Amino acid sequence: MTVDLAPLWLTARLATVTTLILLAVGVPLAGWIAHSRSRFKPVFETLIAMPLVLPPSVLGFYLLMALSPARSLGAWLHARLGVDLVFSFPGLVAGSVLFSLPFMVQPLQAALTNLPDSLREAAYTLGKSRPAAFWQVELPCVRPALVAGTVMAFAHTVGEFGLVLMLGGNIPGVTRVASIAIYNEVEALNYGAAHLYAAILCSFSFAVVLAVHLLRRRTEGGA
Amino acid sequence: MIHWHLTKRLSPHFVLDHSANLAPGSFTALTGGSGAGKTTLLRLLAGLETADDGYLEVDGERWIDGRRQIPPQRRSVGMVFQDYALFPHLTVRGNIAYAVPGGERARVDALLELTALTALADRRPAQLSGGQKQRVALARALARRPRLLLLDEPLSALDPALRHQLQDELAALHRRYGLTTLLVSHDLPEVFRLADRVIRLEHGRETACGTPAQVFLDKQGGDGRCLISGQVLAHEESAGLTWLTVLAGGDIVRLPMASRLARAYPPGSPITLEAGALRPAEPFGQPLP
Repeated sequence: MTVDLAPLWLTARLATVTTLILLAVGVPLAGWIAHSRSRFKPVFETLIAMPLVLPPSVLGFYLLMALSPARSLGAWLHARLGVDLVFSFPGLVAGSVLFSLPFMVQPLQAALTNLPDSLREAAYTLGKSRPAAFWQVELPCVRPALVAGTVMAFAHTVGEFGLVLMLGGNIPGVTRVASIAIYNEVEALNYGAAHLYAAILCSFSFAVVLAVHLLRRRTEGGA
Repeated sequence: MIHWHLTKRLSPHFVLDHSANLAPGSFTALTGGSGAGKTTLLRLLAGLETADDGYLEVDGERWIDGRRQIPPQRRSVGMVFQDYALFPHLTVRGNIAYAVPGGERARVDALLELTALTALADRRPAQLSGGQKQRVALARALARRPRLLLLDEPLSALDPALRHQLQDELAALHRRYGLTTLLVSHDLPEVFRLADRVIRLEHGRETACGTPAQVFLDKQGGDGRCLISGQVLAHEESAGLTWLTVLAGGDIVRLPMASRLARAYPPGSPITLEAGALRPAEPFGQPLP
């Protein structure tokens, strides 16, 4: 039995790129939401949390419609930036970022909200700007939440199926990630290969959840 | 000279409205009941709250001018918070170095030595006692050589012996740095020990201002007798009299009263006692001359 490793590498690449983008986007977003007094805050919180309750295929369907070159947004992206997000790796990344956003933002936001205000206020009275206080004081104080959010966002991207299938299809080497490869192998009655992919994803998921639990225990033990 | 007139509406029925002048090098205590506006006033001075109107002028520089207010980062203030607000991920040295412009090592060492923290420099805040945390918070607040030092009940969580010791250290640092200090405190011994001036706030307004003696000795009678507030705890009838058990000044005392008068003071009611003479305790068990 020969097993194509390309879906596994593609999955790893997708999860890594997605997680890096989520770190760049999710951390400031969590900080903004945690301290915002805007009356639109509940709307933003709801939008970010939507992927937790929405079937992935629904989000995938709307993204497919919006990003299609036949629609205005997709056409604009193609004409202005030369980017096609449907049935492509960048499209998978965009969809995964949206889908995994709550896994990065919510733990961070909760941890930042629970920090005493006096910590950042002390930094302000010591002459530090708001961004400096955030990066130098608040973020190091919520490091366990940052690590947990990062790990969970990565793991969630690895396990994503519905959105990836809707938006990326099943193109070998381009959009066929591990979860889709399992589906593909089962369709072809190639259960051995499906077993192998499934076992790798199972082991990975177990390791991730165990790591998060150990991290939480270590944090609670140290508190 | 530091002077201000600040107003801030905290609720529909509560407006903080306060004016004051602080002489350079003065040590002022801010007292008053819970919710009187003391901490809010401190936060307005630090720039952590926005005033609705008024001004704050420090050595000729306007920090607040109506709605125009400079941010806390640009005010020369040091603030010690009630919970100390030490950064848990940094060591004692790290906490102080964070506040020293450029992290200048010699200055950090000097502050560590001044506050007797050199031996604890590599510990994290979680490994410190309350008194040690208070010292770190003070050293950090002094790191930028502030023109105004604001202390929000910094010693309230400490036991009396440690509080006494840290009051001495605080007074010494205040003198050494020539600071203008504003301290929020409920503790009368602390106020008498540290402050040369007291401002009493009630419901957002100043109700008294002066030296500690002027503000707190208002129950002194003209003939040297003083009035002590207490609360009746219990009644007991004996020999035609009613004996009242009264909580006064932290002590419980029993006092006789004519039964017909005692009926006006049921258990739970407030009562004022009049004391005429001070009897000093005998030192070390020796009778007084």
